Amino acid sequence: MAEHHSSYVPKTGFERWLDARLPIVRLVHDSAVSYPVPRNLNYFWTFGGILMFMLVSQIVTGIVLVMHYTPHVDYAFQSVEHIMRDVNYGWLMRYMHANGASMFFIAVYIHIFRGMYYGSYKAPREVLWILGVVIFLLMMATAFMGYVLPWGQMSFWGATVITNLFSAIPVVGETIVVWLWGGYSVDNPTLNRFFSLHYLLPFMIFGVVILHVWALHHVGQNNPSGVDVKNYQKDTVPFTPFATVKDLFAMVCFMIFFAWFVFYMPNFLGHADNYIPADPLKTPAHIVPEWYFLPYYGILRAIPDKLGGVVAMFASIAILAFLPWLDTSKVRSGKYRPWFKVAFWTFVVVSVLLGYTGSQPTDKVVLAIGGRTVMDMVGFAQILTAIYFGYFLIALPLLGLIEKPKALPASIADSVLGPAGSGHIVGAHAAPPKH
Amino acid sequence: MTTSSRFLLAALALSGFAALAQPAVAAGGVEQPPRQKWSFSGPFGTFDRAQLQRGFKVYREVCASCHGLEKVSFRNLSQPGGPGFTDGQVKTLAAEYKVMDGPNEAGEMFERPARPSDRFPKPFPNPEAAKAANNGAVPPDFSVIAKARTYERGFPFYLFDVVTQYQEQGVDYITALLLGYEEPPKGVTVEAGLHWNRYFPGNKIAMGNPLVAVFDDAGKPHDAGFYTDGTPVTREQVARDLTAFLMWAAEPKMEERKQTGAKVMLWLILLAGLLYLTKKRIWSRLEGAH
Repeated sequence: MAEHHSSYVPKTGFERWLDARLPIVRLVHDSAVSYPVPRNLNYFWTFGGILMFMLVSQIVTGIVLVMHYTPHVDYAFQSVEHIMRDVNYGWLMRYMHANGASMFFIAVYIHIFRGMYYGSYKAPREVLWILGVVIFLLMMATAFMGYVLPWGQMSFWGATVITNLFSAIPVVGETIVVWLWGGYSVDNPTLNRFFSLHYLLPFMIFGVVILHVWALHHVGQNNPSGVDVKNYQKDTVPFTPFATVKDLFAMVCFMIFFAWFVFYMPNFLGHADNYIPADPLKTPAHIVPEWYFLPYYGILRAIPDKLGGVVAMFASIAILAFLPWLDTSKVRSGKYRPWFKVAFWTFVVVSVLLGYTGSQPTDKVVLAIGGRTVMDMVGFAQILTAIYFGYFLIALPLLGLIEKPKALPASIADSVLGPAGSGHIVGAHAAPPKH
Repeated sequence: MTTSSRFLLAALALSGFAALAQPAVAAGGVEQPPRQKWSFSGPFGTFDRAQLQRGFKVYREVCASCHGLEKVSFRNLSQPGGPGFTDGQVKTLAAEYKVMDGPNEAGEMFERPARPSDRFPKPFPNPEAAKAANNGAVPPDFSVIAKARTYERGFPFYLFDVVTQYQEQGVDYITALLLGYEEPPKGVTVEAGLHWNRYFPGNKIAMGNPLVAVFDDAGKPHDAGFYTDGTPVTREQVARDLTAFLMWAAEPKMEERKQTGAKVMLWLILLAGLLYLTKKRIWSRLEGAH
């Protein structure tokens, strides 16, 4: 909010007294009431608010679940069933929390793809974007450890497979794995530390979210035209009531989608195998991670070398942080970039297909001619992995240099009203710029 | 499969629809179980009380000697959304079981008749005892088995399932398994202690056909009065009743969940409608807004 005059006027004596000592009401007013929002935002911009709702929902249901859960290999599975059967509305808390993780990822993937399409990572929003990547990484760690806690078969074997990845690190790999496990196999110490970290990480996410929102409010929101705000009167509307009511409407629509799973399909997004108590002596037929990890699992398995696979998998996420510098185009919004659009949608389809390969057995035949296997799932995943990295390392750097973008609108108001529109606001006014 | 159909498959796979071409017979040659109709499916589904009571009888008389129900308490049997036994019936029923309690004042463990608050006693004191009694295989506990079993629906069917709310894969599979005992195909040898089942992954299952406890080889019940409520005693009926009971045991709060869901949905949809109108009203203050 550094650029904007505060439009907060304390009304009562108490407010004036408090404002001189701790301007907290001013902070809320400036960031949630008068904060100027581009007037042309579409519904893809509501997912930030939806994600905030999901984070709070996960923390609240999680805190209640912890009151009844026992982090011990002998009791964890039993205590989850105790929550389902004996705790008042325990089934609701658990199903909200388990499905909430999936909803969180659905929302975050839409949020990320929106940022990628409209070039929200470009200057001056690089730090905002990188903070987002950090939140995403923390979310993945939190979700992975949370899935281990019910101590079912997939919990146990998922933990075994993923922690074993670290053994690929040369020289110290095995030592690191023993350190992660707290022993020589996935066992009670592993469950305990995962539980501890699963409780800690959401609050770290919350901290980084505050930085993310701070950065957002400092640089201002991007918008579908990608054009900077030029005239606050014409181009923006005050956050309240315009964005508030729109975000609320979108949030309730998302809650309907969420409730569909919680009340009617609560186990659809999980694995039946996780209703079998963990058995270290029995490996499930297919060890498959939760759906939101499948694309990365597909990349991991695409590389025949273990260390190479692990490096590729982590690189596929880390590369997001370099996006602001890999994309050489001066034009922010993909709307005005015909070739970028093709590359972007290819990238989206490839990401989904990578998820498909991650869900399938590696030796499954994808392409056979005359009875001879030409391509199995690994081969298919290799092609997709090449395209995935090609998007970042070839398409984005090159397209910015060779692509001829379409004409940009002169201003945000122009993109909504056409060049002749005045964009006069009848209602409240957004805070005018300081300089 | 002919060469041309293989080529067609390959073409489909290339266009990203590999799984569309998945045949009904999944890897390992196991058949997909037939779809059953259940009273508890769908958004307003409820359990059939009489069916749950019959299923409980089947569990008690056929399965309970090997398969535990350790997460279910006797008192659950009279809770709303369940088989609908009365509290008195549950008390009498529980008293027929013996549970270990203690230590008493003398420091000794003792057996006493079960109370409604007790959970179903385990059939074996430990997995080793279960193994010793069952040819090396531990019979799985039945508390959540209806949710722990499933079969692959394959793309794109699992996407349709989200909309149609088909989530009875587990019970469909269990019913099919109970009715799937057959003579092995010619040329297939089934090792001693294993049995051929059409629907079991890999087809060779350690458990013998449990329904022989109720029916003879010709499919006629040993006791025509097995059910006391007039329901015909057929293999399909017994298999379905047991499976319905297992679904309830795995998800005793299902009715409460679905009924709460209807209220939540109605409330959310109303709220969404009101918010949409409010949003339209507020945004109409802007010139050029639609």
